[in-house]
Amino acid sequence: MNDIVLYSVISLTAIGVVSAVVLYVVSQKFHVHEDERIAQVESVLPNTNCGGCGKPGCHAFALAVVETGDLQALHCPVGGNAVMKQVAGIMGVQAVEKDPYIAVVRCSGSFEYRKKTNVYDGAASCAIAAQLYSGDTGCAYGCLGMGDCVAVCDFGAMYMDEKTGLPVIVEDKCTACNACVKECPKDILELWPKGKKSQRVYVACLNEEKGSTARKECAVACSGCAKCLEACRYDAITLVNNLADIDADKCKLCMECIEACDVRNIIATHTTPDKIAQATEHRLKREEREKKKKQEEKEKLANETNHGTTA
Amino acid sequence: MGLRHKLSTFRIGGVHPPEQKLSAMVPIAPLPLPRMVTIPIVQHIGKPARITVQRGDSVKTGQVIATHDGFVSSNIHASVSGKVGIIEETMDSTGFKHIAVNIRVKGDEWDESIDRSDTLITEITCEPKEIVERILAAGIVGMGGAAFPSHVKLTIPEGKHVDTLLINGVECEPYLTADHRIMLEKPNEILVGIRILMKALGVPRAIIGIEDNKHDAIELFEKLLGGQTAISVAALKVQYPQGGEKQLIQAVLNREVPSGGLPADVGVIVHNVATTFAVYEAVQKRKPLIERVVTVTGKDVKTPSNFLVRIGTPVIDLLNAAGGVPEDAGKIISGGPMMGKAIADLEVPIAKGTSGILVIPEEEAKRTESYNCVRCGKCIEACPMGLEPYYLLLLGRKGSPEKAEAEHILDCIECGSCSFVCPSNRPILDYIRLGKAEVRQSKAPKV
Repeated sequence: MNDIVLYSVISLTAIGVVSAVVLYVVSQKFHVHEDERIAQVESVLPNTNCGGCGKPGCHAFALAVVETGDLQALHCPVGGNAVMKQVAGIMGVQAVEKDPYIAVVRCSGSFEYRKKTNVYDGAASCAIAAQLYSGDTGCAYGCLGMGDCVAVCDFGAMYMDEKTGLPVIVEDKCTACNACVKECPKDILELWPKGKKSQRVYVACLNEEKGSTARKECAVACSGCAKCLEACRYDAITLVNNLADIDADKCKLCMECIEACDVRNIIATHTTPDKIAQATEHRLKREEREKKKKQEEKEKLANETNHGTTA
Repeated sequence: MGLRHKLSTFRIGGVHPPEQKLSAMVPIAPLPLPRMVTIPIVQHIGKPARITVQRGDSVKTGQVIATHDGFVSSNIHASVSGKVGIIEETMDSTGFKHIAVNIRVKGDEWDESIDRSDTLITEITCEPKEIVERILAAGIVGMGGAAFPSHVKLTIPEGKHVDTLLINGVECEPYLTADHRIMLEKPNEILVGIRILMKALGVPRAIIGIEDNKHDAIELFEKLLGGQTAISVAALKVQYPQGGEKQLIQAVLNREVPSGGLPADVGVIVHNVATTFAVYEAVQKRKPLIERVVTVTGKDVKTPSNFLVRIGTPVIDLLNAAGGVPEDAGKIISGGPMMGKAIADLEVPIAKGTSGILVIPEEEAKRTESYNCVRCGKCIEACPMGLEPYYLLLLGRKGSPEKAEAEHILDCIECGSCSFVCPSNRPILDYIRLGKAEVRQSKAPKV
């Protein structure tokens, strides 16, 4: 009995030792040299594998960073500047600061403003509904409200508001990974510069139809009236296909356009009613001045021509 | 009736939904002119037509209001006489918004070139080239539902040899009877139409495929043809989707169209009976495609009917003429119950490809809850294209176009047999359509 135990222990130990030696030799011989910076870069990345950087995952991003060393082109939107600074430290290069972005919902057509004209009872997916027809409200551009965007968000940064039927973005969770933007069949979500003190100004509508038609479909649709265009001092607003659009790079967040919109569908985040009121007052005064100036010029011109005829 | 031979049908898959041909015995009746028609410039597969009229113009019935833009496109004609109203984006029967021309109806003054008499003209004087030109000018598209421009089908690609013309009188969709009625009421015109198509294509034989639930049509054609050998009738076993081009070719000729190929690859061209009638009118009478037969039906529709309707008439007019919208209407479908599309607005106009308006009662219309796949394989048995629908659903949902393409997702004819048989009520076809769109998108040139 004792012999059996003894032999077993000895033979197993011997197998163990032999295997260890073989494994050691093999691991030395077939060792793959990997730049240790890859592992270092990967360890500082968020490791959510969201694909927001354009690479399939964080490991692929780390590989690309070490291979090219081009921090101008490679940027992790989730980690932001803090993580990229660490990455730059590991790579021994200058860090590139980039403005953070955030997703915005460019539709305000809630249940209240946009009445349903039919009932959709197909598979609960925006992608499928968008393929079948132009939507369960009159507006062919608006949110379909089945939450494909919420389903793809890896960060819990979105939810569907049951009262409005529109998706809501949780500001401090959104990492601008672009997943929802890619998913939305109506292109309602868009990445927008996060802005100073999180202040952003954007038009929450994508309806390109003529004003009268658009308003019939949705009470807050952009009718392309161009009032905001006139209100903007910085040429940041353009009107294409009956739809106003703000260029975030040119926008100085002066808030003067907000109340120029009939249906208040230019959305400003993190601002106060006071500031908007002030801006509006400013705008009205400026417009008054300009009007007066024009009037004067006109009178002047009229006087001159009168003089001309009499003389 | 004597003993019949064993009826042929396509080899794999297929289902047999309840036929429900409620309006089979109702003769075609012309619908009174509406007050206003809305004519979309996209009623066909291909490029939208170019509008040639302006708001305020007076038009006559049969006048061109939009010309074909490119080869795969189609002319659009005024289906009524009157004044052109607003031209704007309107939702049409496809569910999407397209530019449409509104015409306020005033009298019914036809273009002088159209022969409106009822006399049958059997002599075909046109040369093949002229036939194709007249069909192009008349804006004829496939009237079975897909609305593919007919002149394109009559232009055989180089290097292909076509030996048979198949006429599709199958009408395998439940409820619909428009093609059945046109076969019963205009058989002589259809036969002339077939001879016109044969001349245009230069083929020696034509076969009319008709399902066995339309005995009267089969017998009528057999009687009219007498001993003729060039044109014959093939009686087919009732099986859905036999009206699919590829299924019909297999059922009648036992030839298989290769994956991704066209009927011309196996020497066949298929045209629908209603299209054949329209071809007769276009070539012999110079009448453009401005009206078509539409079945209005449904279990609770008071008088299921077959109407001769001007293109652009709102759907609600047809329903009113058939006794009004039933109270328990749950869904109103343009086309048949299998492949038709629910319409979102009763003002949408009848288009060249609208074969029927079907009202489904509330309780039948609702989609039932869907459960997990139980791997029963019924969808694979039902698929007439020999695909694996349950797997294509997963690939469509997951969004992997390369794999989906390798599984021949593009061969799916969207007949819906898989969704019809699924015991778990899974939205199989919905996701396959999504997968197909993804494959097409991934193959499209990047801008």
